[in-house]
Amino acid sequence: MSTSTFSIEFRDVSLTRPNGARALDHFSLGVESGEVLALVGRSGAGKTTVIKLVNRLLAADKGAVLVEGRDTREWDPIALRRRVGYVLQDIGLFPHMTVADNVAVVPGLERWAADRTAVRVQELLELVGLPPRQFAARWPDELSGGQRQRVGVARALAANPPVLLMDEPFGALDPMTRAELRAEFRRIQQKLRKTVIIVTHDMGEAFALGDRVGVIDAGRLVACDTPVAMAASVDPRVRQLLDAVVARA
Amino acid sequence: MPNLFSFWIAHRAELALLLGQHILLVAASTLAAVAMAVPLGIFAARRPRLAAPLTAIANIVQTVPSLAMFGFLLPVPFIGGVGARAALVVLILYGLLPIVRTTIAGLQGIDATIREAGVALGMTPRQLLRLVELPLALPSIVAGVRVAAVVGVGSATIAAAIGAGGLGEYIYRGLSMVDTTVILAGAVPAAVLALVVDGSLLWMERQLSARRRSSSRRAVATAAVVVTGLALLASGVAARKAGGAIIVGSKNFTEQLVLGELIAQSIEREGLPVQRRLNLGGTLICDRALLTGDIDVYVEYTGTALTAVFHQPVAMDSSAVFNSVRDLYARTGRTLLPPLGFNNTFAILVRGSDARSLRLTTIDDAARESAHWRAGFGYEFVERPDGYTGLAKAYGMRFPEAPHVMDLTLSYRALAAGQVDMIAGDATAGLITGLDLVQLDDNRHYFPPYDAAAVARAETLLRYPAARRALERLSGRVSPDAMRAMNYAVDVEHRDIAAIAREFLDQ
Repeated sequence: MSTSTFSIEFRDVSLTRPNGARALDHFSLGVESGEVLALVGRSGAGKTTVIKLVNRLLAADKGAVLVEGRDTREWDPIALRRRVGYVLQDIGLFPHMTVADNVAVVPGLERWAADRTAVRVQELLELVGLPPRQFAARWPDELSGGQRQRVGVARALAANPPVLLMDEPFGALDPMTRAELRAEFRRIQQKLRKTVIIVTHDMGEAFALGDRVGVIDAGRLVACDTPVAMAASVDPRVRQLLDAVVARA
Repeated sequence: MPNLFSFWIAHRAELALLLGQHILLVAASTLAAVAMAVPLGIFAARRPRLAAPLTAIANIVQTVPSLAMFGFLLPVPFIGGVGARAALVVLILYGLLPIVRTTIAGLQGIDATIREAGVALGMTPRQLLRLVELPLALPSIVAGVRVAAVVGVGSATIAAAIGAGGLGEYIYRGLSMVDTTVILAGAVPAAVLALVVDGSLLWMERQLSARRRSSSRRAVATAAVVVTGLALLASGVAARKAGGAIIVGSKNFTEQLVLGELIAQSIEREGLPVQRRLNLGGTLICDRALLTGDIDVYVEYTGTALTAVFHQPVAMDSSAVFNSVRDLYARTGRTLLPPLGFNNTFAILVRGSDARSLRLTTIDDAARESAHWRAGFGYEFVERPDGYTGLAKAYGMRFPEAPHVMDLTLSYRALAAGQVDMIAGDATAGLITGLDLVQLDDNRHYFPPYDAAAVARAETLLRYPAARRALERLSGRVSPDAMRAMNYAVDVEHRDIAAIAREFLDQ
């Protein structure tokens, strides 16, 4: 067993997609405990692959992924996934469950007592800014996109996992709601100090949320630094993503 | 319509029994089909390579006509044969396909993101199935159950052909008596039952798709309670019919029903309990049922036994035929009792008006006209060695087109209505007088003798000597005239068979 000082560490990971394309190519990266790493890249660059390696929805062909110092291949995948919260781009709320039931899924899997779960659901809905009195009994199809994403975050945090993975969490939202949720995310992270990998194609979002920003291109990590240092980068692949932000502003 | 209501009122106990049996057949087979098809669907949904062939097989099973399916199962030990058990097997087979298909469709239709969310939250495959996949596929599965149950209500009417009971009894009885009231007495409740089943399952499906878990659970629970309640009620009603030492069978035409009832009452008068399994599909089904012990006794005709059951060449002498058939039965553990007293030969029939205008008295006369006639025959007559092919050869008949093959009983009506010009009926059929038909003389002696005689399992007769006495008492007592009169009373006067049999035995 290898040791690691990182909460999450990628060691020279390569992965080939079933269609033969290279998804990741000698990818190495460490994320400190309590750090927010924003991973930026264009579509198909391999961002989602990186995230799915952490909760072992995918497994590496070469190299190793370590979570809390343990190779994910040594983890029981079920136990691993319950220690790693996951917020999907399309949220994936269960349409046949109320908001409260969606949030209570992982505590339920972990066989928490009913009153403990109830307290936790209240607490989380408060945390993500959805007053339980008003929202607990609602159904996913009665919520706006932003509200749904908040439920997705609450669900991922339910059993208090040390690690949180977010795949384009605000991608499908309008700019106003997106800005609001970013602020909300920063507030929550201030409180919880989770280890977070957040994937986005928007450099602006990466700058707004990340303690560090990683740029991924064609399955390789081409740069990884603080937002300030990144802004000064001369790497053309980084500049391209930066220019997109400037052009839009 | 007033006839229909008075029929129901007069037969209310029987109607309740048949309805109960029908519901029980459908409920039991649908529940069993669900229990098998849902796991099968779950299994197949995860293996796309398996799903396609499985659906194909289920499709093929579905296309086999139910009557043919009952036929296939007749000789199969344990699951086949005659009665409710075999009917259940067939109904379950029919129920599997729609449920398997909608289970697969329901599971495959679930949004991949939702499934991925479940996996990423740390659900085991089993938890994913229980908490996410099955609840989301449930409306689709219920839609399949709905189709299965409605198809089941229909198929179950055909189960009466193998003596499984149910509302089909009235339909078959009505067909054999050519009595629309009796047909409707079974068909109307069956249709209403189908609508009720369809409506309540559709309601359940809607409740489930409304994604209101608490209320949908209540709906499912309510429906389950109702179904179970009905099934229990039905089985209670059906159970009253069960029991009875001796099982009397019959084929599915009027004369056979009368003779079956006659035998049953005669045995009952000896103080033995009797179970009636009348109206079975035909000679083959009755013979199998007698062989396997699904019935103990029925009435067969010597010529039919010789040619259709034992595949012997046609013979003309009445007592020689009886003796050889008796020996053949004895070798297979069955006893042929002395003839009842009438010969129900095939009767080549034409309309009375034609007979008079064309001066037809013999089959030879009819053969002359055959070049511009249409003929209509029952299924058996077309197939049997003593049937159509030999008849046409013996008399040199040449019809411009192949004979219409139709239900034997319906052929009388078709002849009277002018849709065909010649049929092969039963010499003792009451409809001959009722519809003004004329029987032509078999002047070339083509047809072998068809002396009616009871045939019983030897074992049963040994165990119940009183049953043998009852059967022997009927020997020689049923004259051709008496038989025709009883058939006439049923087919033309629409009188109750049990009452007719009772009057005959009282004489």
